Amino acid sequence: MFPLTVRELRWAAGGRQVLDGLSVDLGGEGITILLGPNGAGKSVFLRMLCGLLEADGGSIDWGTGARPARGIAMVFQQPRMLRDSLLGNVELALRPLGVPAAERRARAQAVLERVGLAGRAADSARGLSGGERQRLALARAWITRPRLLLLDEPTASLDPGSVDAIERIVREIRTEGTRILMTTHNLGQATRLADDVVFIDAGRVCEHAPVQRFFARPASQAARLYIQGELPWRMAF
Amino acid sequence: MAHGILKKLKLAVLGLAALASAAHAGESIVLASTTSTEQSGLFNFILPIFEKDSGIAVKVVALGTGQALDVGRRGDADVLLVHDRAAEDKFVADGYGVDRRDVMYNDFVLVGPAADAAGVKGARDAVDAFGRIAGKGVSWVSRGDRSGTHAAELRFWQSAGVEPKGQGWYKEAGAGMGPTLNMAAGMGAYTLADRGTWASFRNRQDLAILFAGDPRLYNPYGVILVNPARHPHVKRAAGERFIDWITSPAGRRAISAYRIGNEQLFYPLPK
Amino acid sequence: MNGLGLAFSDAFALLAGFDRRVAEIVLLSLQVSGLAVLFGTVLGLPLGACLGVGRFPGRQALVVLLNGCMGLPSVVVGVVVYLALSRSGPLGKFGLLYSPAAMVIAQTLLVVPLMAAIARQVVEDAWRDYEEELTAMGFGWADSVRVLLHDCRHSLLVAVLAGLGRAMSEVGAVMIVGGNIEHSTRTMTTAIALETSKGDLPLAVALGLVLLAVILLLNGIAHALRQWAMRRYA
Ligand SMILES: Nc1ncnc2c1ncn2[C@@H]1O[C@H](COP(=O)(O)OP(=O)(O)OP(=O)(O)O)[C@@H](O)[C@H]1O
Ligand SMILES: [Mg+2]
Repeated sequence: MFPLTVRELRWAAGGRQVLDGLSVDLGGEGITILLGPNGAGKSVFLRMLCGLLEADGGSIDWGTGARPARGIAMVFQQPRMLRDSLLGNVELALRPLGVPAAERRARAQAVLERVGLAGRAADSARGLSGGERQRLALARAWITRPRLLLLDEPTASLDPGSVDAIERIVREIRTEGTRILMTTHNLGQATRLADDVVFIDAGRVCEHAPVQRFFARPASQAARLYIQGELPWRMAF
Repeated sequence: MAHGILKKLKLAVLGLAALASAAHAGESIVLASTTSTEQSGLFNFILPIFEKDSGIAVKVVALGTGQALDVGRRGDADVLLVHDRAAEDKFVADGYGVDRRDVMYNDFVLVGPAADAAGVKGARDAVDAFGRIAGKGVSWVSRGDRSGTHAAELRFWQSAGVEPKGQGWYKEAGAGMGPTLNMAAGMGAYTLADRGTWASFRNRQDLAILFAGDPRLYNPYGVILVNPARHPHVKRAAGERFIDWITSPAGRRAISAYRIGNEQLFYPLPK
Repeated sequence: MNGLGLAFSDAFALLAGFDRRVAEIVLLSLQVSGLAVLFGTVLGLPLGACLGVGRFPGRQALVVLLNGCMGLPSVVVGVVVYLALSRSGPLGKFGLLYSPAAMVIAQTLLVVPLMAAIARQVVEDAWRDYEEELTAMGFGWADSVRVLLHDCRHSLLVAVLAGLGRAMSEVGAVMIVGGNIEHSTRTMTTAIALETSKGDLPLAVALGLVLLAVILLLNGIAHALRQWAMRRYA
């Protein structure tokens, strides 16, 4: 699957060029954080990696060639849960992989343990708080032991305690060798988690740098403004 | 999950099979007859006697005579009990039925609002009564459903030299005897009814018998076996047994014995 | 006593006295309509779900056709099934006409489009919510249908109840293919039609009230089950 080589991705929707020649190289290790203002195309890019969107042009080279059918998991900005128990929601992810029911349940129980939700395994997933729901979504992705994990703002609108819990889980997943690609608007979180940062603006990669370098000396004007918190303001008007 | 669906499907098919076999348990014949006979209550009275006697269950499907003959033509009944002599003879002549026999007769009655605006009460005979109704143009509800009663009504109009179709006072219900009587009661209209249905009809409101007794109003019923040569699945033996019984002294006794409030409704034929 | 008052007291007497003949037709109605709804559940709900999830050419036309079929007059279905099951028809050799099985077949044809159409709407709405999640997890088309059918089970209960309501209350189809034969194919609705044509309107309304009571009872049970399940997995 790695190294992952993305070249000149283009994608238009509703008359707008959302991805406008996005290129990036991703190695097989660590946590990469995608930064960029609202509407920059981060979520669209993650969806493309996940196979949910087809690019109009450009290429994604998955090391061996075609996109692997397995080994990629995604946690969406707004994860949806079935009207089922926590356990049922987590084991769901193993069904397409043909895992037998008994093993599914055991693994689901184990992964719920690791995200701190084991005590609520039998509760309704629809009754969870935002933070708990994100942890459950992480568990649902984690249980498949993906090679590549795509996280779309997993801590948006969570309280500091919940953010901390999620970050801990993300780090733990990483130590198991899972490559993580994640978007966030929480710059502190980026500094805490990232090995490297990809900065996207207007559908193209402006900058790809190790995390310390990126925050200490952003190379592009757009990244500088974004870090200073000015870019989102400019975008809004 | 797929397993669950298959299991449910199996359950449903099993249930259907059980229902189907329950319906086929014991020997039975399908008797296509007329709504008027069914609604008069005659079958409820005489069929249990036959069933006890023979062990053959008779399933009555009540339709208009025309429909009943159609059902017989398609082979969907074993025996017919209907009342339209001309159509019955044609049915047999066309090879759809065999062994037609006279069974019984009842009579038609002219019913209408008790006030009798058309003066039907004073009519000399049935044809005169129909003439008066047309002359006065009082509301009339026709069965309009190709039933035996409908056929009889049309014969009377013809004899009276009236062409009622298209007249403002002439309404075709396209329904059985009961619904037609319901309509007549609701509208205060005249209609031709068989005595059996009338006797058991409960929603009379202002309706009353205004004219009856003319021999031309007699309404003979015949029984026919659907031709087994044309429809091999017809239960010939059981059907014949029923025909033999209903025309036998025992059957005639049963028919004569049926009454509603002391009134005999059907008279065995031949007299 | 006036007509309606009489009807209510008749209905009460029928229910309280547990009239054997009434019990017989209630039971047959439940059997026939219950089986039709079971077939409808097994055939109609997955069919509707497939239409809700699948994207293929002609799908829109199928959806319109299905929605249109919800309004199919039961008499038309009755006549078609009659012609098919008639001894002179293509399925005549099975001799099913004028049997409860024929009524189940006709009612199944009536409720499948109705239940499928409701299921299509319910599942399509859910699919809009879950499409990305399920696709990302690697669920194929057929597996998604299964997951959504299960997930929408509480809402799909409405489809089942609608099917049951239509089956229990229709008279056109069962009258034609069943023949309203006493002790054999007489259901609540054909009995009501019969009593109406006999001019016994109070008895007809009384039977109608019994039918209403049965349908209300079934709906009540379903509602209670749904409440219970929803409290569990809201
Ligand atoms: N399915 C779609 N159809 C049409 N437009 C879309 C679609 N998905 C995304 N877009 C548009 O593409 C642009 C980029 O969207 P995207 O969700 O990738 O932004 P983002 O970088 O994730 O922003 P945010 O930080 O707010 O999450 C937006 O303007 C959005 O409206
Ligand atoms: Mg986004």
